[in-house]
Amino acid sequence: MASEPLIRVTGLRKTFGNHRVLDGLDLDVRAGEAVAVLGANGAGKTTLLKVLATLARPTRGTVIVAGHDCAKDPELVRREIGLVAHSSYVYEDLTAAENLAFWTTLAGLTSSAAERASALATVELERAAGERVRTFSAGMKRRLSLARFVLARPRVLLLDEPFTGLDQRAKKWLEEHLASFKAGGGAIVMTTHSFGRELAVADRIAILAGGAIALDTPRGSLSTDDVHRLYALHAEDAC
Amino acid sequence: MLTFARRAFIVVWKDLLVERRSKETLNALFFFGLLLLFVFQFALGPDRERLGATLPGLLWLGFILTGLLGLARTFVAERENDCWEGLVLAPGDKSAIYVGKLAGNLLLMLVIETILLLLFAFFFNLDLAGVLPGLAVVIALGTVALAAVGTLFAAMTAQVRARELLFPVLLLPVEAPLLLATVKATEAVLLGETLGSVAHWLKLLAAADVVYVAVGVLTFDFVLEA
Amino acid sequence: MRRLLGFLTVLGLAAGLVMGFGVAPREATQGNVQRIMYLHVPSVWVAYLAFVVVLVASIVYLVRRSETADRLAHASAEVGVLFTGLTIATGSIWGKPTWGTWWTWDARLTSVSILFVMYLGYLLLRGMIEDRERGARFAAVLGIVTAFNIPLVHFSVLWWRTLHQPPSLMAPGPAPVPGIIKAALYVNFVAFTLLYGYFLTRRVRVLRLEAEAEA
Repeated sequence: MASEPLIRVTGLRKTFGNHRVLDGLDLDVRAGEAVAVLGANGAGKTTLLKVLATLARPTRGTVIVAGHDCAKDPELVRREIGLVAHSSYVYEDLTAAENLAFWTTLAGLTSSAAERASALATVELERAAGERVRTFSAGMKRRLSLARFVLARPRVLLLDEPFTGLDQRAKKWLEEHLASFKAGGGAIVMTTHSFGRELAVADRIAILAGGAIALDTPRGSLSTDDVHRLYALHAEDAC
Repeated sequence: MLTFARRAFIVVWKDLLVERRSKETLNALFFFGLLLLFVFQFALGPDRERLGATLPGLLWLGFILTGLLGLARTFVAERENDCWEGLVLAPGDKSAIYVGKLAGNLLLMLVIETILLLLFAFFFNLDLAGVLPGLAVVIALGTVALAAVGTLFAAMTAQVRARELLFPVLLLPVEAPLLLATVKATEAVLLGETLGSVAHWLKLLAAADVVYVAVGVLTFDFVLEA
Repeated sequence: MRRLLGFLTVLGLAAGLVMGFGVAPREATQGNVQRIMYLHVPSVWVAYLAFVVVLVASIVYLVRRSETADRLAHASAEVGVLFTGLTIATGSIWGKPTWGTWWTWDARLTSVSILFVMYLGYLLLRGMIEDRERGARFAAVLGIVTAFNIPLVHFSVLWWRTLHQPPSLMAPGPAPVPGIIKAALYVNFVAFTLLYGYFLTRRVRVLRLEAEAEA
């Protein structure tokens, strides 16, 4: 059942004009697994995430997400994934409830007002449901974008530096939310450039350097210092 | 089918809400239209006769210039809120988004055109009494094609650097034959002639409407990609 | 293959020039300037042909994502703009002594001018989008929209205004054009089509080489 990885990237190359950002990248992620991708700024973390999210086409190589080829069937992949990026995809003039109604209906989901209210409660936004998003903090906006996926139930969550800009309470909340997503059989790919407790939810750490995964290791019992050391070793190496 | 309609509708609903809250587009376009009237008057002088003869042309110039501004803003909410990728990622037939945006634009255009028409009638002392139904038909036919292509081109230029320049450059040549048709038809209607006398122009407009909406629906998938 | 095409083109053009400027009779009222017709009318034909090719190649690109189709559309638009420009220029040169004015809003000149601007817009769009794949996609969509615009432009302008020669070559009924003139015209049609084909193949090749160099 879980023998086939939910995400399988083979020999991925992504070129922008003359600039080869990713080259020869391989990555597998299984259901119920969370991979934290570490890398310096400009290493290509966001690019990798965009390719997985079908927002960028691979120049070469294959990317299979939830059984579908990202290059050939992007529409099918999009049904199975949820992306939480820097831009939270929310309309500032609309309330949280209105945003949720819009995005879930656009995704083809039929949901009742009660179900949407319940989703907002899950992400602890029930009191702010009628507030305009313009007044929200970064953490609240991120929670709102996750509320969508409470209803959509994707099999893969892709998150770009999700802990950045959150306060302690929000970080704790996110950690718990991601853990329960994993427990439900979902796969997570998360980019980050910090080594702190953000990594707690990750099962594996992949260091992106020189356009490919320089090191892919289970997080297991690695301490923050260990990770820091490994990163310095592999990421600087590639320079 | 029902999902398609629901999705198109939610796009219209969202755009109306955003417009109602931000009040950006409609007000500005209204004032722009009003100012255009002054500009036309000043450019053409106080001679009543001369104005009378050019009235149909001026009316449609007014519609098109405000249309250029209004249609170019089709995806401004997406741009300002960084939601474009959100639209790309939303699963399902992208043409529902096109239809929704088109419906929103049609609504916007028709409101602006009605206001402009009334302003024209006021300033240039037009008697709209008998000609209103005929005029309505011509305006409706002319606006659908303009909005259909405008919505498509707005999506195409949304992410281009010099979009304010490229959008009118692409739209105006496509609008040219439609302009010929609508002005000729409006001329006839204002002179009290029947719609039948300009049937060939109306058929041209109707053909353009069908073709451009069809092209928009069929090609939007290719435009709203990453 | 390309050499053969080039050779035939030169041959055709030579024959066309001889026919048009030598063999064909001098026109009674307009004089020798009327001979420009042998350049002007075939240019129009090729201009429209080029844009039909843009339409077909655009559709093929969207359906099959074929790089060749994209390059064909791009090249055809470029060559088409060239011939459209030539049409306008020759039309203008013909018009000045004939009608006393460089420019006139008659049906054909107006239509062709709109065509010219549409395809300049196409090239402008291509130039402004950095992402090659997106540029190809958008250009294809634009190519389809503008191709559908051509008949609309043709009819609307025709009904709007006719000062130009009635389109005698395509009108039904007995053609009022004598045989030798028709022959000269057809030779030039063929020559210009060959020229179009030659430019097209060269341009497609350059585009392909550019793409390969980038990869």
